[in-house]
Amino acid sequence: MPIKLRDFPRTHFNMPGNAACPGCPETMGIRYVKMALGDKAVLVIPAGCSSVIQGISPKSGINFPILNIVFAAAAAAASGMKAGFEMLGRDDVQVVVWAGDGGTADIGLQAMSGAAERGDDIIYICADNEAYMNTGIQRSGATPYGAWTTTTWTGKKEHKKNIPFIMIAHDAPYVATATVGYPQDFIEKIRKAASVKGFKYIHLLAPCPVGWRFDPALTPEIAQLAVKTGLWPLFEYHNGSLRISSFSRMYRNKEKRTPLEVYLKLQGRFKHLKEDDVKVLEEYIDRLWAWLDLLEKASHPSDTAKQLVKESK
Amino acid sequence: MGYKIEEPQTLFIAPVSKPAPGSVGKTGTWRNEKPVINEEKCVKCLLCWLYCPEDTILRREDDMVYIVYDYCKGCGICAKVCPVDAIEMVPER
Repeated sequence: MPIKLRDFPRTHFNMPGNAACPGCPETMGIRYVKMALGDKAVLVIPAGCSSVIQGISPKSGINFPILNIVFAAAAAAASGMKAGFEMLGRDDVQVVVWAGDGGTADIGLQAMSGAAERGDDIIYICADNEAYMNTGIQRSGATPYGAWTTTTWTGKKEHKKNIPFIMIAHDAPYVATATVGYPQDFIEKIRKAASVKGFKYIHLLAPCPVGWRFDPALTPEIAQLAVKTGLWPLFEYHNGSLRISSFSRMYRNKEKRTPLEVYLKLQGRFKHLKEDDVKVLEEYIDRLWAWLDLLEKASHPSDTAKQLVKESK
Repeated sequence: MGYKIEEPQTLFIAPVSKPAPGSVGKTGTWRNEKPVINEEKCVKCLLCWLYCPEDTILRREDDMVYIVYDYCKGCGICAKVCPVDAIEMVPER
């Protein structure tokens, strides 16, 4: 169901005057979580920018009840919290893990994998800003090829770890990707995840103005360009079937995609890239879409058959 | 038996903070440029309200938006996403 902006109440979804940098994608993301779930949600936040954004005690800058926990235990703590709510008979409360890419792809991976295997009824949202931004832009498993960080100052030599595909391999009931550039899509996906029982995973691309070296005003635009260049395909995997989301569907066609240089040139972290590096990234995009095509065709055999009949006519 | 449990007489402060605006003070002092809304041009699409990371753009009853300058950090996202250029970034002082 499409989102109507006028239907939202006129309340604070996030607390103004928090410690986030200007143009922060994480405060945007947390706002959309509040818009989607309302007051019936509890956040579990491992170490990262979001635990700093809350600001100084006795005030908190995020409008949620929050448990702050160590890096490696976010999903495990959320599982325990959900079990506690179930014992109290409060099934209406959603337990949401809001972790960064370091807390998901590197340090928190085993706890998340365990929670997914047990099928605990939680929503895991990874706000992926592609490096350890809070401690000073160190490389993480989710940093893309060629990106400058303080620990890869000639550009990273390895590709980004594809966490959504790892979660699809866990056969989680709901896996999705989103960006802060398309909030309506993200809010819809959280609402859908809340209606599904079991382990839900949403990977949110969050362009960080400080770490990616761009003007804070461009945060939504960079997020939209990541989708338009095909580098960040938006998709949903629900009960074993994969669908490309509506905002990403037209970029399945290679000619309709925006040239990758447009996206790279806006960011200071890709300033040193040469033509060969851009080619490596373009090949990565093609490989990514080949995987997605394979998964989509395998989960919708009737669609593929229809298309084959159409082509043969 | 007159047995009574004494209540502990300690000054216990729970490590809990509550959501409130201005957890690090008035962040409006951070900004270099100030967004100003031209109400004649505004078409009430609410995109600036949707994209504002700081929740400093609020809605009136008639869906006209206004900015709380006490906390606006001046990132400029609202001016960038506005489809009719109704928001202008004016340098402070």
